[in-house]
Amino acid sequence: MASTEKKIVPLEFEQPLAVLAQQIEALERQLGDNPDLEGDIDRLQEQYNLLKKSLYVNLRPIDHLAIARHSQRPYSRDYFSLWDPQFMELHGDRKGADDAAMVGGLLNLGGINMVAVGTQKGRSIKEKQACNFGMPQPEGYRKALRLFKHADKYGLPILTLIDTPGAYPGLSAEEHNQAQAIAENLFELAGLRVPVVAVVTGEGGSGGALAIGVANRILMLEHSVYSVISPEGCASILWRSNDKVPDACQAMKMTAREILQLGVIDEVIDEPLGGAHHDHQLAARNLGEAIVRQMKSLLKMSKDEIRIDRQSKFRAFGAFAEN
Amino acid sequence: MDLKEWFASRQKRKELQENIKLPLTTEDYCALWTQCFQCRELLYTKDLRANLQVCPKCQYHFRVGALDRIDQIADPGSFVELDAEMTSADPLNFFDTEAYAKRQKEACRKSGLKEAVLTGICAIDSQPVALGAMDFGHFGGSMGSVVGEKVTRLAEEATNNKIPLIVVSSSGGARMQEGILSLMQMAKTSSALKSYHEAGGLYISILAEPTFGGVTASFAMLGDLVIAEPGARIGFAGRRVIEQTIRQKLPADFQTAEYLLKHGQVDMVVERARLKEVLSRLVSFHDVNQAGKNAADANGAGENNRNGAVKSEQLAK
Repeated sequence: MASTEKKIVPLEFEQPLAVLAQQIEALERQLGDNPDLEGDIDRLQEQYNLLKKSLYVNLRPIDHLAIARHSQRPYSRDYFSLWDPQFMELHGDRKGADDAAMVGGLLNLGGINMVAVGTQKGRSIKEKQACNFGMPQPEGYRKALRLFKHADKYGLPILTLIDTPGAYPGLSAEEHNQAQAIAENLFELAGLRVPVVAVVTGEGGSGGALAIGVANRILMLEHSVYSVISPEGCASILWRSNDKVPDACQAMKMTAREILQLGVIDEVIDEPLGGAHHDHQLAARNLGEAIVRQMKSLLKMSKDEIRIDRQSKFRAFGAFAEN
Repeated sequence: MDLKEWFASRQKRKELQENIKLPLTTEDYCALWTQCFQCRELLYTKDLRANLQVCPKCQYHFRVGALDRIDQIADPGSFVELDAEMTSADPLNFFDTEAYAKRQKEACRKSGLKEAVLTGICAIDSQPVALGAMDFGHFGGSMGSVVGEKVTRLAEEATNNKIPLIVVSSSGGARMQEGILSLMQMAKTSSALKSYHEAGGLYISILAEPTFGGVTASFAMLGDLVIAEPGARIGFAGRRVIEQTIRQKLPADFQTAEYLLKHGQVDMVVERARLKEVLSRLVSFHDVNQAGKNAADANGAGENNRNGAVKSEQLAK
């Protein structure tokens, strides 16, 4: 992948690491003139390795968020093409639009034919704008729904990849009934008779994420996040301050491990050290293996069992007291 | 003065004090009079209530609490509440500037309710229906686990009893304090409605001022028929968020019931005085049992067709 060969942009909390790396690099450049430096380089390299290991052990929720939003993180289309070079993209909602923030098509993963749908972000400014920063319009959700129904008709299992800040809050989105588009997806996904596996690969932002997330099995990548509202939104409503985003991240329990503990998802998939953006190939391979494993176990169920399995999974969510 | 006298006079003084009528506080005055948000008319609160919380001058529809709403729709005395004792837990131990548990208590004190929705079975002109009414006055009508569970159970109750389902929504959206579990309530309620739909049920969704976020994007927009109250603001994203995102002014009537009607999102806008009459007619118009039978027949026919297809394939061989 071209993007992994590019220099990785360090995140704020990775700065100490970046500083060490720079020092090592500078010493290495002088190595030709002064062979005595080798010992120093080794020492620094050792420090670097130690720091790298410890840095990623105790990440704060806000650090996970930063990794989840890293602009070099693999996006849906990257995964699809890494898994299946013959991935065939299918376009359009058949009602007048083709939303670039939602991609979908026919995917063969580990020998299983499936319909894959995912939200798509862009890397360059131009791409970002074209994909609307990964925020689908109602047309995007209707495109996804069309593909879900296609899968249901032909008995193809469904894979969805979620990486979106949320559904697009815009004038035309409201005019075209964003809320109804999301609600209808929740409604129809509940009734599908084919296996559905959803993966949060980056940001799982609110209803805009859930609209392709009503699945038999929900997986999350190690550094991905999933929340009811963006941490920025939460901070501005509850704390009335934009400085409180780290607190909002903490309070909402939005990291993969915390959500696993709450029983909402089934599995957390490890990422390459430092995040999926360090090694697209490895990240895709790990994730692909987990998806195939889950799909294989789901494909053993009958159509009715699949539907009941999904409905009872969501029926159980909630924490309340009676009496 | 001996001790006995002293006690007697103290008792007398106390009684006197209790009988003194204190002047009305600002709060009392406010409770007595209500100013219309729209036309600024000062209205006598009792009259406003008698007029179903609608301004007699400009027809502005004030918000209605869940109890009042049920009184306005259900036949008197017919409402039997379901899951009345259900209360929220605090699954995240959520704390922002205050603990969620404390905020819950405060919300209960303010609204007099245990949660942001009341659900039950009642009659509308003697026709049985399952009715849910949300209360914006309780925690902004937000949907947490309890709201999700109560609406889900109501839909299940309506499915089992083969009766129409009516939910009056009024909500700011999902409840942030219950995190991801609040979000999942959207899927839970929608899933229950899917089963209800397939059993042939009739679901009428009423959108009242205001209905936003996760509630609009789940059960509120899934009605077979969708009715909005005049002037109610209904949408997915809030107006301010949209203005900040697109950096332009929005039309004045943006996200109002009338705007939604113009954009094909609701079946009708019905003023509160006519709501019960309209609901009654809609309920009597649709035979839920017949729809269930039709749905079952259609499924059966599907099976037959599939069998037929298999047979013709075999014949071709």
